[in-house]
Amino acid sequence: MDYQLIWVLLIAFAVFAYVTMDGFDLGIGILFPFEKNAENRGKMMNSIAPIWDGNETWLVLGGGGLYATFPAAYSLLMTAFYIPVIIMLLALVFRGVAFEFRVKSRDHTNHWDFAFAAGSIIAAAMQGAMLGAFIEGINVQDGHFVGGPLDWVSPFSLFCASAVVVGYALLGAGWLIMKCDGPLQGRLRAIAKPAVIWMAANLGVVSLMTTYLNPAYGERWFSTPNIYILAPIPIVTIGLMFWLWHAVKRREKTVFGITLSVFFLCYLGFGITLFPNIVPPIISFREAAAPDNSLSFLLVGAAVLLPIILGYTAYAYYVFRGKVDDTGYH
Amino acid sequence: MLDPEILARVQFAFTMSFHIIFPSLTIGLASFLLVLEALWLRTGNDTYLSLYKFWTKIFALAFGMGVVSGIVMSYQFGTNWGPFAEISGPVIGPLMAYEVLTAFFLEAGFLGVMLFGLNKVGPKLHITATAMVAIGTLFSAFWILSANSWMQTPAGHTFENGRLVVENWFAAVFNPSFPYRLAHMVLAAYLTTAFVVAGVGGWHLLRNRENAAARIMFSMALWLITFLAPLQIFAGDMHGLNTLEHQPAKVAAMEGHFETTKGGTPLILFGWPDMQAGETRYALEIPYLGSIILTHSLDGEITGLNDFAPEDRPNAAIVFWSFRIMVGMGMLMLLAGLGSLWARYRKSLFDCRILHRFALIMGPSGFIAVLAGWVTTEVGRQPWVIYGILRTADAGSPVSPIAIAGSTIAFFIVYAIVFGVGTAYMLRAMRQDPRHAHIAPGEIYRADHAGVVDHIDSHKH
Repeated sequence: MDYQLIWVLLIAFAVFAYVTMDGFDLGIGILFPFEKNAENRGKMMNSIAPIWDGNETWLVLGGGGLYATFPAAYSLLMTAFYIPVIIMLLALVFRGVAFEFRVKSRDHTNHWDFAFAAGSIIAAAMQGAMLGAFIEGINVQDGHFVGGPLDWVSPFSLFCASAVVVGYALLGAGWLIMKCDGPLQGRLRAIAKPAVIWMAANLGVVSLMTTYLNPAYGERWFSTPNIYILAPIPIVTIGLMFWLWHAVKRREKTVFGITLSVFFLCYLGFGITLFPNIVPPIISFREAAAPDNSLSFLLVGAAVLLPIILGYTAYAYYVFRGKVDDTGYH
Repeated sequence: MLDPEILARVQFAFTMSFHIIFPSLTIGLASFLLVLEALWLRTGNDTYLSLYKFWTKIFALAFGMGVVSGIVMSYQFGTNWGPFAEISGPVIGPLMAYEVLTAFFLEAGFLGVMLFGLNKVGPKLHITATAMVAIGTLFSAFWILSANSWMQTPAGHTFENGRLVVENWFAAVFNPSFPYRLAHMVLAAYLTTAFVVAGVGGWHLLRNRENAAARIMFSMALWLITFLAPLQIFAGDMHGLNTLEHQPAKVAAMEGHFETTKGGTPLILFGWPDMQAGETRYALEIPYLGSIILTHSLDGEITGLNDFAPEDRPNAAIVFWSFRIMVGMGMLMLLAGLGSLWARYRKSLFDCRILHRFALIMGPSGFIAVLAGWVTTEVGRQPWVIYGILRTADAGSPVSPIAIAGSTIAFFIVYAIVFGVGTAYMLRAMRQDPRHAHIAPGEIYRADHAGVVDHIDSHKH
C-alpha cells in the first residue's frame, strides 16, 4: 500500500473539509458588518452555534495530521508562515469565544460582535495569504527555511487573501439563505450579488497569475494533452459562477451547493498545479513523509474513525436542520 | 533576554498553563453533568435539572476557552519548535492525531446537541450526547498524557538513519510513566472540578443555607473530595516512585538532594536549593523520612544532583518549590475531605460556616495544584525536551527572536483580555442562584435583549 499517497490525499481532504465547513462559519462573521440588527445577528450566529466547534476541529486535524504524517513539511511551513499562523490563531481565539461571550455580556454585545467579525475576517484573510504564499513557493535550502518573516506578503498573496475572504462570505451567505427567511434572507441576497461579481473577478486574476508564477505551473495547464484534459475545470467553474449569479436572486437551497462546487473546483485546480509538492516549489510529499509504520498506525484509526466522525457530524447537522429559530440554552 | 530558546519556552509555558486550566475543569464537569442528568432522568427531581443547566453554562464557557487555547497549542509545535516537530512527528504526531480523531471530534460533534438540543432530541438521545462529551474529554486526556509521558519516558522506538522510528506502538503508547501520569492527571481534573463545585456550593450556602440546589452540589462535591483526595496522594506517591526509577535527576531536584545518600536520607521540608553552590541552604529536615517515602525502606540509596553532569541538571530551585506547592494543596484537600466527614458525622454539613468558608477559599486550589504539578514535571525534565534523546536547546525553530518576542507579547495581551473577560463571565454565572438556572428555552437572545437576565440577577436572596 502506498501510505504516503493515501495520507497526502487524506490531509488534502481534511483541509478541504475545514475550508468548506469553517468557511461558512467564518463567512457569517465576514457578513456581520453588513447586518447591524442585533436580533438578526443573533439568528446568524445561532445558525452555526451548535456546529461551529466541530467544523473548526478539521483545522486541528489538518495541522495535527500534517505533524504526524509529513513532519518535515509541518515544521517548514509553520516556520515560514510564523506570523500569519500566529495572527490567524489569535483571530480564531476572538472569533471562538465570541459565541459564548456575546450571549453572556449585557452591555458589551457590540464589542463581541466586533470581535466575531474582525476575528473571522482576519482569520480568513490569513488563510488566503498563506495559500497564496504557499503557491508562490517557500524559500528552502538543505531542508531549512531560509526566507524572511515577511516573505508571505506579496501582491499575489493579497489577491488570494481577498479571494478567500469573499469566497467565505459567499459560503456564509449561501448557508444563511438556506437557514433564514423573510427580510433577513432578502438582505443576504442583496449582499451576495456584488460578492459574486467580486469573487468571479478575483478568481480570474488569481488563476491567470498562478500560471505565470512558475513556468512549471503554466506547463502543467497549457501543455498538450493536459490542456484538453484540464480545460473542463475552468470552463465548468465559469458556468457555475453564472448559475450562482442567478441562484443568488431566486433560489434558496442551491446557492450554498453551487458555491461549494466552485470551492471544490478551485481546490482541485490548486492540487493539480502543485502536485506532488507538499512544500512548493521543491519538496515533494514523499520526501517529507514520516516512516511507513507511523503512517500505517494512524491509517488504521483514521479508516475506522473518519466514517464514524462523518456519521455523527451528519447527525448533528440533521438535529439542527431547517430554518434557524431563537432557541438556545442560556 | 532575547534568547530565542528562553522566549519560546516562556511562550510555551504561558500558553500551555492557560490552556490546561480549562481541560482541568471540563474533564471533571463533563462527568459531573452526566451524573446530574442521569439523576434527573431517574428521579424526576427538577433540582437536578436546574443544577445541570447551571453548570452547563459554566461548562460551555470553560469548554469554549479550552478549544480556542487548544488550537493554539496544536500549531505551536511547528511555529516555535520546528526541529522538535520534525524529529518527534513520527512518534508523537500519531498520538496527537488520535486525540483529534477519538476525542476532539466526539466532544465538538455532540457538544451542540448537549447545549442546544434538549428540546429537539428527547432525553435518551440527549443524555447520550452528554455521555459522548464526557467520554471525549477522557479520551483526550488519554492521548495527550500518552504523548507527554513518551517525552518523559520514551519507549518502543529505535533510530534509523538518524530518524526516530517506532518499532512497537503498544510500548510507545503505554510507555513506563503513562499509567501513573494518566491516573494522576484524571484524578487531578476530578478534584479540581470538585473543589470548584464545592466552592460555589459553599458560597451559596453562606448566603442561604436552605438553598436545596446548593446543598446537593456541596454534598456531592465533598463526597468526591473525601474519596479522591487520599487516592490522589497514593497515586502521586506511586508516580513519584516511577519517576525515581526513570528520571532520578528530576526527583533529586524535587527533593532538594544534592549529595547522594546511602540510606538515612532526610526529608527536606523547606529550604533554598542553590544550583551554584550545589547544596540546599537553610534546609529544614525530618530525619529518615526521605528514605521511607522514596525507597519505602531506611537504607535505600538516593542519587543527588551533584552526581549528574552540570549540563544534565534541572533547575532545583523551581522544581523544589512547585512540588511543595502541589503537595501542600494535596494536604489541604485531604483536610477538606476529613473536615466534611466530621461535619457529616455531627449532622452539620449545611450549617458549618467554617467548612463553607474553607470550601470557598479552596475553590481554585485544584488549578494551583495542576499548574504546580505540570511545572514540576516539565521543568524537572529539563534540559531535555525528549528525555535523553533531544535537548530543549536543540529543539527551537530558526525564527528571529523578535518574532518570538512579538508573538509572546501578543499572546499575553490577547489572553489577558479574552480569559480575563471569560473568567469574569464564569464567576458571574457561578453567582446566579442555581435554583433559577432554568429559564425557559427560546429566551436566549430575547432574554438578553429584553433584560430578563438582569431581572433574574436582581433577585436578591
